[in-house]
Amino acid sequence: MRTAAAVLLLVVTLAVDAKVELLQFSNPDYEQRYRDIIAELRCLVCQNQNLADSDAELAQDLRQQTYEMIERGASDDEIIAFMVARYGDFVLYRPPLRTTTLLLWVGPFLLVGLGIAVLVTIIRKRAGDARADTTDTERARARALLASSGEEKPSP
Amino acid sequence: MKARYAVPLAIFVVLVAFLGIGLKLDPRLVPSPLVDKAAPTFTLPRLDDPATRIGPDDLRGRVWLLNVWASWCVSCRVEHPILVELARRGDIAIVGLNYKDEQAAAREWLQRYGDPYLMSVVDADGRVGIDWGVYGVPETFVIDKRGTIRFKHIGPVDQSIVEEQLIPLVRELEQEAA
Repeated sequence: MRTAAAVLLLVVTLAVDAKVELLQFSNPDYEQRYRDIIAELRCLVCQNQNLADSDAELAQDLRQQTYEMIERGASDDEIIAFMVARYGDFVLYRPPLRTTTLLLWVGPFLLVGLGIAVLVTIIRKRAGDARADTTDTERARARALLASSGEEKPSP
Repeated sequence: MKARYAVPLAIFVVLVAFLGIGLKLDPRLVPSPLVDKAAPTFTLPRLDDPATRIGPDDLRGRVWLLNVWASWCVSCRVEHPILVELARRGDIAIVGLNYKDEQAAAREWLQRYGDPYLMSVVDADGRVGIDWGVYGVPETFVIDKRGTIRFKHIGPVDQSIVEEQLIPLVRELEQEAA
């Protein structure tokens, strides 16, 4: 069972790896940077994949472009700026904070805040209801009933 | 008691409204950062005459369309008759960017379906495509007399886009000073 799982895992891993081009990096650091960058950039063709995962032709071209820029000594920021200049903020999986993306960044916090506010309101209301669920008239009626049965004096 | 029904109903209505708007949005329409920027420069060989190299500078002073196409591109077939029709009017210059294509196949394609292009240039490895932010062939750009991109359409153009957007924009840009 274990062997079978290991073999399966190996086969799957090979299949996944087969997509990635074999690239020779002149500096071991470059390879890590390359992997980091292509994981951060979105493929324009298959929009829910990053460049690293996408098998689209454009993704291959942009990976090649990234590789060449790294080998030429470009910094990460330069490569990101190169992509943004051509494809817009859309290529970034972490879009920058701008007026157009403000809702995107603040939205989740607003929703959480709203949820907490609703929760607090409901809890407060329930607590209030529990205290107020016997009204003065009800209490007076209860007292009258108890008094008329003549058994016990109601406690105030 | 009324609020108990009104609040979920209101939330439901808002949700439906948002989802309804979402249905009408096309996630493929990514706004191009290149609109209102200078057209990225290139010098590429002409498809019909590879010895001659052409770039945006050669078209300075006139309003022109850059249409990105390829013989392997299925939607290019769809928009092609519309471009041929537009070219037949004779007053709008369309330059083709033959994107990541086989040159022989591209020439044959133009012979078979007609050639609406003033000229086509060959971007065999897609480098110029990257500079122009191309990601969904066909794409159509409008470039003004000063060499600035003024409009970009992603995907095949149809008759209404040509009539309502491209032609009026070209007319307007032709009025501008070079």
